[in-house]
Amino acid sequence: MTSAPLAGRGTGVAPWRDIRVIRVAAQVVVVGLVGLLAAFLLRNLLTAMDQRGLGFGFGFLDSTAGFAISETPIPYSATDTYGLAFLVGLLNTLFVSAVGIVLATLLGLVVGVARLSRNFLVNRVAAGYVEIIRNTPLLVQLFFLYAFLLQLPGVADSVALPGGIFLNQRGLSLPAPVFSPTLGAWLAFVALGIGLAIASRFLLPRGIRSIGLLAILVVPAIGWIVLGEAPIGVDPPVLQRFNFTGGMTLSSGFTALLAGLVLYTAAFIGEVVRGGILAVRRGQVEAARALGLSEGHILRLVVFPQALRVIVPPLTSQYLNLAKNSSLAIAIGYPDLFSVSQTMGNQTGQPVSVIVMVMGTYLTISLVTSLLMNLYNRRVQVLER
Amino acid sequence: MTAEVLPPPKISVGPMAWLRENLFSSVLSSLLTLVVGGLLLLVLLLVADWALTEARWGVVTSNLRLFLIGQYPGDQAWRVWLSLAIISALSGLSAGIYGAATRTLGASLAAGQILIAVLALASNLGWVAIAGLLVNAALVGVAFFASVRFRISRRLLVVMWLASLPVSFLLLSGLGTEAVPKVSTSLWGGLLLTFLLAIVGIVLSFPFGVLLALGRRSTLPAVRILSTVYIEVIRGVPLITILFMADIMLPLFLPGEVRLDRVLRAMGGITLFSAAYVAENVRGGLQAIPSGQGEAANALGLSTAQTNIFIILPQALRAVIPANVGLFISLLKDTTLVVIIGLLELLGIGRAVLAQTEWFGAQLEVYVFVAAVFFVMSYAMSQASYRLETAMGVGSR
Amino acid sequence: MTRHFLPIVGLIVLALALAACGDVSVATPTPGGAEESEPAEESEPAEESEPAEESEPAESQAAEQPTNGRLAAVIERDQLICGVNGSLAGFSFLEEDGTNTGFDADFCRAVAAAVLGDPEKVEFRALNADARGPALQTGEVDVLIRNTTWTLTRDTTWGLFGPTIFYDGQAIMVNADLGAATIEDLAGATICVQSGTTTELNLTDRMRELAIEYTPNVFAEIDPTYAAYEEGACDAVTSDRSQLVSRRTAFEDPDAHVILDDVLSKEPLGPVVPLGDDEWFNVVKWVVFAVIEAEEQGITQANVEEMISSQNPVIARLLGAEGELGAMLGLENDWVVDVISAVGNYGEIYDRNLGPDTAFNLERGLNNLWTEGGLLYAMPYR
Repeated sequence: MTSAPLAGRGTGVAPWRDIRVIRVAAQVVVVGLVGLLAAFLLRNLLTAMDQRGLGFGFGFLDSTAGFAISETPIPYSATDTYGLAFLVGLLNTLFVSAVGIVLATLLGLVVGVARLSRNFLVNRVAAGYVEIIRNTPLLVQLFFLYAFLLQLPGVADSVALPGGIFLNQRGLSLPAPVFSPTLGAWLAFVALGIGLAIASRFLLPRGIRSIGLLAILVVPAIGWIVLGEAPIGVDPPVLQRFNFTGGMTLSSGFTALLAGLVLYTAAFIGEVVRGGILAVRRGQVEAARALGLSEGHILRLVVFPQALRVIVPPLTSQYLNLAKNSSLAIAIGYPDLFSVSQTMGNQTGQPVSVIVMVMGTYLTISLVTSLLMNLYNRRVQVLER
Repeated sequence: MTAEVLPPPKISVGPMAWLRENLFSSVLSSLLTLVVGGLLLLVLLLVADWALTEARWGVVTSNLRLFLIGQYPGDQAWRVWLSLAIISALSGLSAGIYGAATRTLGASLAAGQILIAVLALASNLGWVAIAGLLVNAALVGVAFFASVRFRISRRLLVVMWLASLPVSFLLLSGLGTEAVPKVSTSLWGGLLLTFLLAIVGIVLSFPFGVLLALGRRSTLPAVRILSTVYIEVIRGVPLITILFMADIMLPLFLPGEVRLDRVLRAMGGITLFSAAYVAENVRGGLQAIPSGQGEAANALGLSTAQTNIFIILPQALRAVIPANVGLFISLLKDTTLVVIIGLLELLGIGRAVLAQTEWFGAQLEVYVFVAAVFFVMSYAMSQASYRLETAMGVGSR
Repeated sequence: MTRHFLPIVGLIVLALALAACGDVSVATPTPGGAEESEPAEESEPAEESEPAEESEPAESQAAEQPTNGRLAAVIERDQLICGVNGSLAGFSFLEEDGTNTGFDADFCRAVAAAVLGDPEKVEFRALNADARGPALQTGEVDVLIRNTTWTLTRDTTWGLFGPTIFYDGQAIMVNADLGAATIEDLAGATICVQSGTTTELNLTDRMRELAIEYTPNVFAEIDPTYAAYEEGACDAVTSDRSQLVSRRTAFEDPDAHVILDDVLSKEPLGPVVPLGDDEWFNVVKWVVFAVIEAEEQGITQANVEEMISSQNPVIARLLGAEGELGAMLGLENDWVVDVISAVGNYGEIYDRNLGPDTAFNLERGLNNLWTEGGLLYAMPYR
């Protein structure tokens, strides 16, 4: 605060010493400077873009893409539009991020608890894992994993795992579920089974209540038999001349990316979880023990809810980091949003528009994720009296 | 009084007791020990076997110069060792004057140079380089003892550190004379470029970040909104999009014939990105300062600027040093992303080396080497950070 | 002293930074010469800028100074910035000692010799397929000679294409063990391809036309593409035939790979300059024509000096002994002499990099003079 007195009626402070005037003037100056800078930069940008034939516009989204994408969750071919290609990239990113977040959280929990274990070996192994992962760049880890996966045998010599699963350097081929027309009917049976189980919880006397749970298994099984045609079939991968057809294949690019992201983020989540559990005051645990609660109950009912308060905010930023780090897929050939946009920018000759679109999309993903996590955060925060 | 024969006390000291308590304290624990221990042993054996028999470490030793300084002309490499000498000397002096964390850093610098010199023995780096590195390592120690012996003022040291940046840069890029010809920054590569990007990123993003943090907490709505928008936008997008934006759009933002080096564009992108994260860290520190400090300063008649510079910022910055060190470690690791815009820093050189015919298939060796280099650097910095935390008493109740 | 510590430190550092700027300015101009960029948003008080700076350029050429544009900029800078591949042996390859060799690299040197009189005044920028378009669009390179195919989209968005220096076609390379003889045999295969290339699009088109299913494996860089193919991650790889031949020589077992005879497309490769500069476009265009014309007239690196005094008016005009044609382009009159003595004529450039004495041994084929049945046709130099 400056030492200028407030101007009141009749105190007659000169305007240039009046705090309110100074505040407004300062803001005007700042906005003016920023505005001037922005205008200068924008002018340069527009002139340069004009000169060099760089367009800005989103009309290209409707034109034919002309390039193929190797992994597409929705049907896409080279005759589709750039807009659809962008969507395919976005779906790939979201898919990898979502699966990555789930797996990283699980692994992170394990790592965090392992770090707190009293077993020396488990503790040190987890610590070693965290130190190595945290101190090496993610990109190096991704390249390493991808190169490692490439060392697997070729397609012709795939490792055959039980269950019709084949592992080779191009990826993992699994039998895929095939849905037949009777699926709808069978799902109705499943719903019925769940409904019966829930109803039994309220209707049956206490002793035999758990038998109601059997309904979840029995009713769908009856439905499967009754319907005749299996609602879910299996499409096994079959080795053709070059590749496996049928089934679903998790490419080595996808696997390397997912593994890299999960291993990397899990190390950080492990540390966050450890910090959260350590933050719970010892007195709480001691009191719970004094009350005779079992270790499992203590962890679940006393430690964890309190730890969650500390864990959730940094956990949010780790999730966001994972989503943003998925953009490194370009380095190992997985067609995520960024990778597809690079091809688009190149083929359309409008890299500026494409970059703007991509940044906007990532920004939206980040904002939505942190919004959801903030809602959850509010729920676990301490309700002050 | 019949004396009960009590069983002997349970062993509670010695290796057996340690084993029982730490590894076999319960059934589950024993099981875990066996499983984890077995797996660990297996993995270590496989890795050792690979590293010692199958791996072709020649890919590292025969390309050591590329890894260290990229395409920097070999006959001008003495300038790199000279710059390192300056930094080594200053580190040694700092280690003596500041102690604790800087001592760790100084020691790591010396150890790192010795390690590289040892590696260089097996490569074609030349005796000049080996001698230079060893002399530098010794210089750290000499400077340390000198600083203990002769009292050098901290202020002088700060000035020397600040001056060393432009001086090293000049030395490396050259003056255009016969003795010190120009070396374009597009030739700088390998570890040299990694350091350049990281150091410039840190040095530039820090003041920028502090200003942003102050701006975000400002009472002037215009300033606050601008800062917040900038910080949130930058934190919401991946670094690689910012690097691409910098690579493609920065030249467009500048008038006409002003040409920006690729390296400078990457530096710009990294700085813009890092400043937002520094700002958030510093903001956390600013929020932790009790409002009484500001009020007391106000009561004493200090202006806003004076309060910030002399009262608030020193406390806030001290509180967030550990968080910032963590940020700088990630900045160091993030410099690898410039591979994707075509710059050849350490990882980029690694991939370029893999393209040579004779080293085809040596990918794992190269990536392990690059990872090891980064690990050593990051680990040293995080150890220094821990020592700093304990020295400052931050985080202990 | 202590009260004014901060300002004094600030001044000292500023002085050093300025000294760094100042020192550089008396030297020859920085090739990558640059200013520290202003961060796009905040306008708060200036940060210390790293002293990599724009130096006051030193005039170096004695020739008639062109008025504006890229030619003047190159002459002022006294260096040509040439976008190349850097990883394609025979065309532009970064040797271990840091030099760039190859067909495209020699054309870069030809342009430098023409404009600056010295073929070594070139800064080679290695660009991957995705980066070359934006590099041209942002004007980062003066000329792009990077086995780039001439297409309409690129002509209108990237830059202007000079005369084609290499007529090529797209082909597919497969592992000989797979026993594939034509493209139809590749149904269901995984094919490696680089992103941002015409080969990516052509492959898609051709496979669509033949209704063949395949899986593309797209890479941003050239090296991982071929590494993946060699490791077996792909069954086939597709690119310009010359590129496949070049990369095959670097394989562990070149004979285990066969290039199919199918030609998927036309791939005319040539130099590209940024849009909007006719003067510079003319310079690059006529460098190519001069080199081709020299071969047609029998001027070689060895005999160019004595050819200056030739009685043949065509040669005399070409080598600048007669007429003021060089000046019309904005160059020295005897610029062709500089070019030929630096890199030789087209045939010499071709033979040196791709000819029978090299590992590639590519037949001239379409890349021969029109008088020999090829497509190389230089416009009259008058």
